[in-house]
Amino acid sequence: MTPGGPPPDGAAGGAPDGASARLPGGAATAPGRVLVTGSRARAARRPRYPVTREIDEQTGLGEAYMRSLVRAQFRLAARLCAVLGIVVFGLPGLFALVPQAREQQVLGLPLPWVVLAGAIYPCFVVLGRLYVRLAERNEDDFAELVDRDPAARDPLATDPTGALATHVPGPPGAPRAPDASGAPRPRPSGPADPPA
Amino acid sequence: MSTAYGLAGVVVVVLATVLIGTLGVRISRTTSDFYVASRTVTPLRNASAIGGEYLSAASFLGIAGLILAHGADMLWLPVGWTGGYLVLLVLVSAPLRRSGAYTLPDFAEARLESMAVRRAASVLVVLISWLYLLPQFQSAGLVLRTVAGAPVWTGGVLIAVVVAVNVLVGGMRSITLVQAFQYWLKLTALAVPIVFLLLAWRYDGAPGLSSNLPPRFPERTTVSVGLAVTVNVTEPVRVTADGRVDGRTVDGAPLDLAPGPHHIDQGTSVTFPGGASVPHVQGDPVKTDREWSIPLGGDHSLYATYSLILATFLGTMGLPHVLVRFYTNPDGRAARRTTVMVLSLLGAFYLFPALYGALGRLYTPELLMTGRTDAVVLTLPGRLVGGLGGDLLGALVTGGAVAAFLSTSSGITVSVAGVLAQDILRGGVRSFRAGTLLALVVPLALAFAARSLSVADVVGLAFAVAASTFCPLLVLGVWWRRLTVPGALAGLVTGGTLAGAAVAWTITAPPAGLAGALLAEPAAWTVPIAFAVMIVVSWCTPRRVPPGTARMMVRLHTPESLNVDRGTWRPKRV
Repeated sequence: MTPGGPPPDGAAGGAPDGASARLPGGAATAPGRVLVTGSRARAARRPRYPVTREIDEQTGLGEAYMRSLVRAQFRLAARLCAVLGIVVFGLPGLFALVPQAREQQVLGLPLPWVVLAGAIYPCFVVLGRLYVRLAERNEDDFAELVDRDPAARDPLATDPTGALATHVPGPPGAPRAPDASGAPRPRPSGPADPPA
Repeated sequence: MSTAYGLAGVVVVVLATVLIGTLGVRISRTTSDFYVASRTVTPLRNASAIGGEYLSAASFLGIAGLILAHGADMLWLPVGWTGGYLVLLVLVSAPLRRSGAYTLPDFAEARLESMAVRRAASVLVVLISWLYLLPQFQSAGLVLRTVAGAPVWTGGVLIAVVVAVNVLVGGMRSITLVQAFQYWLKLTALAVPIVFLLLAWRYDGAPGLSSNLPPRFPERTTVSVGLAVTVNVTEPVRVTADGRVDGRTVDGAPLDLAPGPHHIDQGTSVTFPGGASVPHVQGDPVKTDREWSIPLGGDHSLYATYSLILATFLGTMGLPHVLVRFYTNPDGRAARRTTVMVLSLLGAFYLFPALYGALGRLYTPELLMTGRTDAVVLTLPGRLVGGLGGDLLGALVTGGAVAAFLSTSSGITVSVAGVLAQDILRGGVRSFRAGTLLALVVPLALAFAARSLSVADVVGLAFAVAASTFCPLLVLGVWWRRLTVPGALAGLVTGGTLAGAAVAWTITAPPAGLAGALLAEPAAWTVPIAFAVMIVVSWCTPRRVPPGTARMMVRLHTPESLNVDRGTWRPKRV
């Protein structure tokens, strides 16, 4: 995309930014136009660049995206470690507290041997596979969110016909990122206000 | 076991390693194939290579020996050595690959932008590597002594020389294929004999291990004592001895051994009648078969188990020779997938040592008396399968054991030589050579000086040190932006000092009782302390957060498919 950002301001026809100030004058010469002040103010604060560039320039928004990725991955890792911890720290506890569990025979072998010398290894592999799938999904979601063309992400900023603009002015929080198809990812897609 | 076949096993593996090492250099790329191989190596081959390098003498020989002597509690050792990769996968695998770091000091420098942290990490890498190499050399001595009766120092020297030659001509390490092959060789060397051993056990009536008596000699047995031992006799027994017992020379005459400790000199052979109780070497617990088969029997065993779990699960990520293998993956995702495959490969391998340990309890109880329980894997095939078959199987396990020393020792030696050359010597090829010799000579000398310890125990100590130092550094470095240079440094120093002191104490003269248990398995207290120090000192020095932390976080966590600025840091190469 061009360095100057997306084709500016759609049907406003070359009106520079900060349009709300000029509206009274402009409205007289362009009959049939619709006031879009509210949504325009909102749209102007939206990023005009791909988020990768926000990340590269370490803006507040880019940082927010990065933090959300790291947080999502860390939550996943912590959850997996918690499951693993419950299993491996629970087993000695179980053997210590419940003496029957130590001596229980399974398939002619003591339970501790069946678990520790056999059954636990496939469990590790299953947990590992699960983790890989979930971690890659997190990354895919992030990549989709970040790498998407800003045109697709913010219809208001680039809609050349103004068609969309006409029915947006309603509630300001309405349809954002209409093509978001993946799993819900509230945090990164939300930051209308980049943290300082 | 027949000496000829056993030696043949040793010679074939050593020759193959040297040949592939020297010739392979010409076939493979000149300096290191890591940079090139990263485009071509498949996850399976890469995972095999990781497994080949990771499965050391401790895995191949040590676990079975410890299970034979101590029973069910030791089952946690292979579980932890596999589970460590799960923790590594979940917490650090992809970020480590994405960091581009080639060694642990590289990562420390890249993340914290501090040469001081880098140097601390280098010192720790060297210490952990030496601790890891020491038992490899000791058990190499054990193998040569078991198959050929050679003096114990020969095995260590042989392995050190082969590794030095290989590393110095630049082979071995650089060839992923060789390490991958080593994994499958080791797996075969345990899997094929166990089939025959289990058949022989079935044929023998499938005896169990549930009696309420300590192990007994199943039949009249002559035990040759290779190294002088002190054993505890539990019930009076009349033996015939040839050699020196309790300082008196006996030559083939009957001898009554009263209950209590007896000193048996090197080279003595003692013949026990069938059904006699097996005297245990001093220090090993005397357990009935039933006690042996259930966990948590001994003193402080719950603490020891928890501490062992912490050390192994958290220590794996901090081993010097593990990280470098991740570099061969093309990207972070491949690193993850490779790690999952490593989990499968290790899980498959670790199904076998427990079987060897249990069979050894039945058929080679005399190892409890000589204290060389690490030899159980080598001794069983000849004991249970007679004739040529037994000899061939014996040669196979011997070859597998030698492969285990060579692959692990080579991997560690290259890692530590690189670190020594780059961070402690002046850098360049000559320093790398000097580093290689230094990397090998010091643990070799230690192997002769230190008292003989179980290989898996010493390797376990190396894990404890890694878990107390690099685990906090990696985990906090990958996930926590507020880690500071003083924090990292303080944590490394504290964890390294505490765990190192515990190790030194344990190796030289361990105290008895609870203090001994705390020092022999230090991870349960050193790991939390190291984490706490790293976090608290970082909190207290918020201004020392490295300036490039945000960029590094981008580098560590964003998928490679995204086109973002990941900074310009590159590892230096020797």
